[in-house]
Amino acid sequence: MEILSTVLPFIFSLIIIAPFSGNYIYKVLDGQKHFMLPIFGKPEKGIYKLASVNPSQSMDWKSYCSALLMFNFLGFVILFILLLTQQWLPLNPQHVSNMSWHTAFNTSISFVTNTNWQSYAGETGLSYLSQMAGLSVQNFVSAATGIAVFTALVRGITGQTVKSIGNFWVDLTRSVLYILLPLSIIWAVLLAGEGVVQNIHPYVEATTLEGANQIIPQGPAASQIAIKQLGTNGGGFFNTNSAHPMENPTPFSNFLELFAILLIPVSLTFTYGKMVKSSKQGWTIFTAMFILFSAGLVISLYSEYQSPEIWENISYMEGKETRNGIAASVLWSEATTAASSGSVNAMHDSLSPLSGMVAMINIMIGEVIFGGVGAGMYGMIIFVILTVFIAGLMVGRTPEFLGKKIETFEIKMCMLAVLAPAIVILIFSAIACCIPAGLSGLNNAGPHGLSEILYAFSSAAGNNGSAFAGLNVNTIFYNVLTAAGMLTGRFGIIIPVLAIAGNMGQKKITPVSQGTFRTDSWLFVALLITIILIVGGLTFFPALSLGPVAEYFLLQNGTLF
Amino acid sequence: MKTQIFISLKILGMMILLLGIIYPLFITGIAQVFFHDKSNGSLLKKNGIVIGSALIGQQFDNKAYFTSRPSASGYNTLPSGASNLSLTSKKLHEQVIQRKKEFIAVNKLPSDQIIPSEMLFASGSGLDPHISPQAALLQVERIAEARDFSNGQKQKLKIIIENNTEKPLWNWLGETKINVLLLNLQLDEIK
Repeated sequence: MEILSTVLPFIFSLIIIAPFSGNYIYKVLDGQKHFMLPIFGKPEKGIYKLASVNPSQSMDWKSYCSALLMFNFLGFVILFILLLTQQWLPLNPQHVSNMSWHTAFNTSISFVTNTNWQSYAGETGLSYLSQMAGLSVQNFVSAATGIAVFTALVRGITGQTVKSIGNFWVDLTRSVLYILLPLSIIWAVLLAGEGVVQNIHPYVEATTLEGANQIIPQGPAASQIAIKQLGTNGGGFFNTNSAHPMENPTPFSNFLELFAILLIPVSLTFTYGKMVKSSKQGWTIFTAMFILFSAGLVISLYSEYQSPEIWENISYMEGKETRNGIAASVLWSEATTAASSGSVNAMHDSLSPLSGMVAMINIMIGEVIFGGVGAGMYGMIIFVILTVFIAGLMVGRTPEFLGKKIETFEIKMCMLAVLAPAIVILIFSAIACCIPAGLSGLNNAGPHGLSEILYAFSSAAGNNGSAFAGLNVNTIFYNVLTAAGMLTGRFGIIIPVLAIAGNMGQKKITPVSQGTFRTDSWLFVALLITIILIVGGLTFFPALSLGPVAEYFLLQNGTLF
Repeated sequence: MKTQIFISLKILGMMILLLGIIYPLFITGIAQVFFHDKSNGSLLKKNGIVIGSALIGQQFDNKAYFTSRPSASGYNTLPSGASNLSLTSKKLHEQVIQRKKEFIAVNKLPSDQIIPSEMLFASGSGLDPHISPQAALLQVERIAEARDFSNGQKQKLKIIIENNTEKPLWNWLGETKINVLLLNLQLDEIK
């Protein structure tokens, strides 16, 4: 009962709202008329004017890509400097000192790549200015970057012999002004109404009922948590993220934040349908994602509610909050890892072995089960192209996707995008397992220790940002290596994706014939899921069987470490 | 290249101004006007002194108060933190057995009493303000004894537990729970 009453309303409300919001996002990205234009239309034009951008000028893939990379690189530089100098800057009532170079390096890479991995503890390591003008801003623009890449890719796929794939500055600005900012304002106000703090006061000193001292943290949290959830960023205002009662105080705030994780990623499947002028294509991708999502959720719930003998049927509340309970914590862990958010409302390190594994698999298969804002869709389209290609090989026809021939160049780029994160996850984990700097961070022994390391690099490469947080990652070794993983996982996909967009845009569209392999059928859904699981499964199964799978069986036996 | 650097810098500057300064301050303004107490940390005051926040749990060692959940950070807020121990951790298993023994001993409960699991496991934030009503009811006898309560006062105690029990929102969202700090504040009021 508890499970159904938690899961069903959540899923139903998403499925009802997403087609509408997906349609709205389509209008925004396509430059059509919509109801937000009267409000933000003038600021949009103002931004172009001040930045001397010509919004009607379209870019080929190389200039689109270099604009994106330059914008992200300079965003990193500014954030890095801000974190290194926060002590001397205003809005720092707690006199937080400057970040060490490696933590600042890791944090700024992490926020620019939409990973939002937390090597720092927000309440002790960041000034209000760093949270607001540093992290929050990247929360917005990294999500907008994801939407821009997705839009450019679809433009390339649908374009008829064109070189240009849109204007990066326009896509970025529109995503921020018309999608992310309005939603964040609504969410921030609702969250503040639930009790999430929102002020710029110093922390308050309290004398507890038993006479001890307790510091009550403060800060501009609601405004940041809104975009952190909506932009699938996930970097918490506080150390324990949305498990913290000031970041997520009530059942309603929990619902709002959970809903926000999946809202835009789910909507984008419908946006995609609109953009390719076939809502069936959108529904096909939605269905494939939804089936994978549900399967993961069922396994996680099963695993979390069954109790092996050694735990004497006690329900697992380690790392979970009373107000969230088990069902809502597991639902969150599934949503946040499927959608590349990485925010948590319970500690994943203490999840039962199989739910921890599902979380890891969601990340490892490339964050394509709804995935990050924009990133999930372009990751999924990579898998769609691979599936079309493999299906084409099976029947011996030239593979076509939406009327465009899939050729060597596309497949090379797809493989690059699939392999880049996989290499990071497996090789970096192997390095960490071999040297003292990697092993000294462990919090758990036995197979769960391997899971901690594996999860860390999966999370970095998948740009997720959640963690098996027992692992102490605030060391030079982990800060630098996970930052390298995040960069590879982000731009190792974005660059090939934009290359595909540019290349496909120049091709002719062949009309649909009887021999065309349909990409909007149940058969295709099944094939797509199979390809995703085979690619994910074959690559990671050996590592997973030494970690969570071994842990599961040992736990059934009553083995402890 | 050069133009892209300038455009990037200008757009970043405008985004920082809009999203990093105007947006959070705008929300702060709204929150301070419409949800003044909530947006300032839901602070609780007694005789003009701040005694805590309704959202943040506190440590209670005194037998005359309801105890909160175990906390990996000892209810320290700077920073919040969890144990992050796994279910195959020997340390966690020993902790749970120990907590169970202690809870049964201090409340003089029968040894086969089922203890609500939130009293055996540490929370995710280390600051969980809630426990289940069952966990509160199991502590009634101990508190009544420590406070030398008459039967009438004990009845009152059970009534405040009932009054403080928070049901799921619209009967479907969230868990049934009770805020330990608010409960203990009212406990002190029982005459």
